[in-house]
Formats: sequence, structure tokens, C-alpha cells
Amino acid sequence: MDFKSMKYYLYWLYCQFELITCSYLMEPWEKLLFYTFNITMLVMISYTAYLFIPVHISTAFQFFLHLLGNQHENAVSVVK
Amino acid sequence: MYTHVFSTKKNGVSNGTLYKKTFIEHFEQAPMYVAVLTFVGFGVGTIFGYLRDFMRAWGLEKRNIAEEREQQKDFVPLYQDFENFYTRNLYMRIRDNWNRPICSVPGPQFDLMERVTDDYNWTFRFTGRTIKNVINMGSYNYLGFAETEPTALKTVTKELQKYGTGICSTRQEMGTLDKHVELEKLVAKFLGVDDAMVFGMGFATNSMNIPALVGKGCLILSDELNHTSLVLGARLSGATIRIFKHNNMQSLEKLLRDAIIYGQPRSRRAWRKIIILVEGIYSMEGSIVRLPEIVSLKKKYKAYLYLDEAHSIGAVGATGRGVVEYFGMSPDDVDVLMGTFTKSFGAAGGYIAGKKDLVDFLRTHSHSAVYATSMCPPVAEQIIRAMKCLMGLDGTTQGLQRVRQLGKNTRYFRRRLHEMGFIIYGNDDSPVVPLLLYMPGKIGAFARRMLEKNIGVVVVGFPATPITESRARFCVSAAHTREMLDTVLNALDELGDFLQLKYSRYSKSSHPELYEETRFELED
Repeated sequence: MDFKSMKYYLYWLYCQFELITCSYLMEPWEKLLFYTFNITMLVMISYTAYLFIPVHISTAFQFFLHLLGNQHENAVSVVK
Repeated sequence: MYTHVFSTKKNGVSNGTLYKKTFIEHFEQAPMYVAVLTFVGFGVGTIFGYLRDFMRAWGLEKRNIAEEREQQKDFVPLYQDFENFYTRNLYMRIRDNWNRPICSVPGPQFDLMERVTDDYNWTFRFTGRTIKNVINMGSYNYLGFAETEPTALKTVTKELQKYGTGICSTRQEMGTLDKHVELEKLVAKFLGVDDAMVFGMGFATNSMNIPALVGKGCLILSDELNHTSLVLGARLSGATIRIFKHNNMQSLEKLLRDAIIYGQPRSRRAWRKIIILVEGIYSMEGSIVRLPEIVSLKKKYKAYLYLDEAHSIGAVGATGRGVVEYFGMSPDDVDVLMGTFTKSFGAAGGYIAGKKDLVDFLRTHSHSAVYATSMCPPVAEQIIRAMKCLMGLDGTTQGLQRVRQLGKNTRYFRRRLHEMGFIIYGNDDSPVVPLLLYMPGKIGAFARRMLEKNIGVVVVGFPATPITESRARFCVSAAHTREMLDTVLNALDELGDFLQLKYSRYSKSSHPELYEETRFELED
């Protein structure tokens, strides 16, 4: 199978998605419903990930640093 | 799903000298992600099925399916079980791939009537055009006797003009013609047994004759994947039925031992008769029965064997005499040899052959002989000419050539499909080739795209197969030329890549010569 272009590859991926989730068999209004539901869920999950994952990662990072014995940045201060 | 991958038995290993040649069957299991994705597909289909049922129940959508009348709504519901749910919501969506009307002889190529649907497969209409010269990979035309050449059908037209088409009677009244007697003698000679009896319909041969042979107090041991005609005949007889795992001799032996040790369920008396029902080639798996082992088991435990050679007569064996010849055994080992003329002989009907006592008993006691109309004369003549051709009695070697061509075509087709990386079930020598598709969305896509490429295939899903193992079943024929098989294989290659059907983890590379050149040694 020759991937003539990026567009053909994307079309092929879309066909695979259609076949696996049986949306190849659905009538147009069912497809609309299914894709709307899927895209909505995807957008919500990615938005949640965008908001919360950086905060979680930095909290986890600080926790592990504390565990390994390093002092907090705030604890070290220049005392004149 | 099957648990063992390759099952190879060679001479001298586990069964001693029972098998005279290698018996290789493949039942490869697909990778785990395929099973997961199949369930995902079915899950989505089921959710939408519930949605559509909800809309139909609340009147938001027109109801096209069978349902109870208003007055019956308070009674036990008729259409709520899984099979009806599946039919309404999943089968209807891809229904256009089945029951396609054809309008020519089902030879290696045929013509289809073109039909379209306006309301998503609830109703069809014919456009009036025909799709010509579609390569036929679905008909049971193993030896290519479904042909319309005038020279081949000379004797059949002569008999048609002499006898007409109707018999208008049953075998026991006035329906036994000299043609039937001639045919029965020929069938007995072909199989190497004492006597044979022919019936007008292959399905009815099984379902009407098993009740005549066994009754209450007898035990039937039938294979898991037996055909509906055998199951119906067994149930109609009233005997006790026990099922053993498909082609599994340990399971069969255990059942036989239990039957002999414990006897009948409550009275502990010995069983009047123990009969084993198996088929020669199983049409959904493409596997061949392990006949030598079954015969040795039957002799040890004194049971009877009923062998249904519907697909294997004419198709396997060195001269086309079925699985008995394929394993090099004598037909006296099998008590009841049954077969049909629909598949390899291009006609209709079935036969039962064996010892003379058995056949004489069936002539008087079989439901089919007493009540069913006998085989019609032109059809009998077609079988006679096909059988004479196979045995070489018409003076040519055409019959033997057909059997050899079928063997060559089968081996070539299977080898190429294995090399390409598809999962194929069954024995290497069986002309029935099931190609696994697994996902429900791919069933419809596969059949439609193959028809666009002018190739007609049969796809099978639930309930004929387990729900996760849907497949496309190819029937190789002796009438297919190398070019036709190559066309089909190229189309399968392309479609396999596009639809991602090449699940096999054991495929050999189809171009081994490309990798040989990289190996060389520098001499210093």
C-alpha cells in the first residue's frame, strides 16, 4: 500500500477508526451523534489535562525533592 | 477461541503409524488487541442498537421490523431475545451482502443482478442491470461440474427429453426409476461398498435417516460443530445426545468410557447403540476429521460411525473418493457413509451407502423413502455422467485431471494466503478456506469492496460462527484457472493492507530472495 501523501495516510487512519468502531455501518445522523459525543469528550479531557497536569507534575517533583533530603527553596534564605 | 496454534502430527510421534501422511491444521489465535477492538466495535453497535430500539418504542422512528400486535403487548414478549436484537440492529445494516440473486450458472465466473437500497437495507430494488463475469469464490463447485457446455450435457438433455422433469411419486409407490437403480449401483461401485440409496435432497438425507437408525435408549456422540441437518436428525430421533469438542479425540474417548461404564442415566442399563456423528470436512472451519483415530476408538469401544461426507466426497482423496481414501482406509471401517451430490457433482440430492442390510433397512424404514419424492431423472443423469467422468468410465482422464487440478489450486491458494499473513483456519488439503475478519465493521467493508473489484465472496458472522470470529469463506474450484486465482490473491493483498486484515504472527516473507543477497562473506 503506497502512502501517496499525508492526506491519503490521514484518510486511511480515518477509515480504520470507522471500521473498528462500526461507524462505517451507521446512518449519517448516527455518525453525527457519535462523532459529536467523541469530539466533546476528547476536548473536555484535553482541556482538563492542560489545566491540571502541570500543577500535578510540579507538586510531585517538589515532593520527591523533599523526600531525597534537599531543603525547600524557601527554607534557604540569605541571612545577613 | 482455539488455544493451540499449530497442530502437527507426523508419523512415529504421538499416534504411531495411524497417519500415513502429515496432518497439519492451523487454528491460530489472533493477537490480544484484535479481540479488544472487536469487543469495542460490538459495544458501540450494541449501544446504538439500544438507542434505535428506544426510538422505535417511543414512536420517534418508523418501525420496519416484525413486532407483536397491540393486543399481544401484555403477553410474553416475542422479539426481545439477543438473536432478534442482533438481527434488527446489526445484521440489517450489512444485509446487502447476503442473498444476492445470480442470473447465470454458478461456474468459476457468474453474473449478478445489481440491486440498490434506498432505506438502508430494509427494502431492495433491482436496477435491471447485471454485473457480468464476477469471479466466483463462494459456490461449492469443487470439481467444476456446474457447466453449461452442450457436449458435456448431451446425455442430460437426452434423458430430459425421455423422462421429463417430474416424478410425481415417492420411492415406495411408483417413484423408483431405472435411472435410480443405475445411479445407486454406480455410487456403490464408486465408494467400494455393497449398496447405496439416493435421496432427492441432501439436508433431508441426514434429518430423515438418522431417526430411522437410532431411537430412544441409544446414545449419539456428535461433534461440537456439526451441521444443522445432523443436529436436527439427532434431535428428531429421540436418542440421548452428548457433544464432544471439535476433532478432539481425548474428549470423545472420555465420553465413550463414561457411556460404557455408567450406562443410561437412571436405570444404569447398557446403551442399546452408541453412534458417533462426524463430518468429513467441516465447512465453517475447513478442518478434516481425524478418521484413523475415530475408527480405532470405535473398534475398541464397539460403537458405530456415521460419516457425513457432504463437502469431502469428490474434493479430497487421490481419485476423489473422499476422506476414507484420503487416509488410506477401507470403506468397511465406516458403518454409514453419507454424502451429498450438491457440492462436487453439480446436482442435488444425497446418498447413504454401506452394507446391504443397512441399505435394505433404510429402503423400508426411512421417512424420506416413504414420504418424499425421489430424485428427478435429469439430475440423476447429471450425477451419473459426473461420476463416470470421475471414475474414468467415459474413456477420458478428465475426472482425474479435475481432482488433481483442485488439489493444486487448493495448495497454491492456501500457501499464498499464509505467506501474505492472513489467518486461515483448517487443514492444508481442504478446499474450504476460511479467512478470519474478526471485527463486525470489516465484514460489510470486505464483501462490498470485493464486489467492486468484481469478485464474489461469502462472508459469515454470528450466528453461524462464534460472535467474535467472523470470517470470509472461499471455496476453491477445479474450474478456477491460475489467472483467476492470481487476480483474487492480488485483490486480497491490496484489501488486506487497506483494511488491516493481516493478523498472523507467523507469516513467511513472500519475497525471500530479496534477503538472500545481503549475506556474503569477505575473504581476507
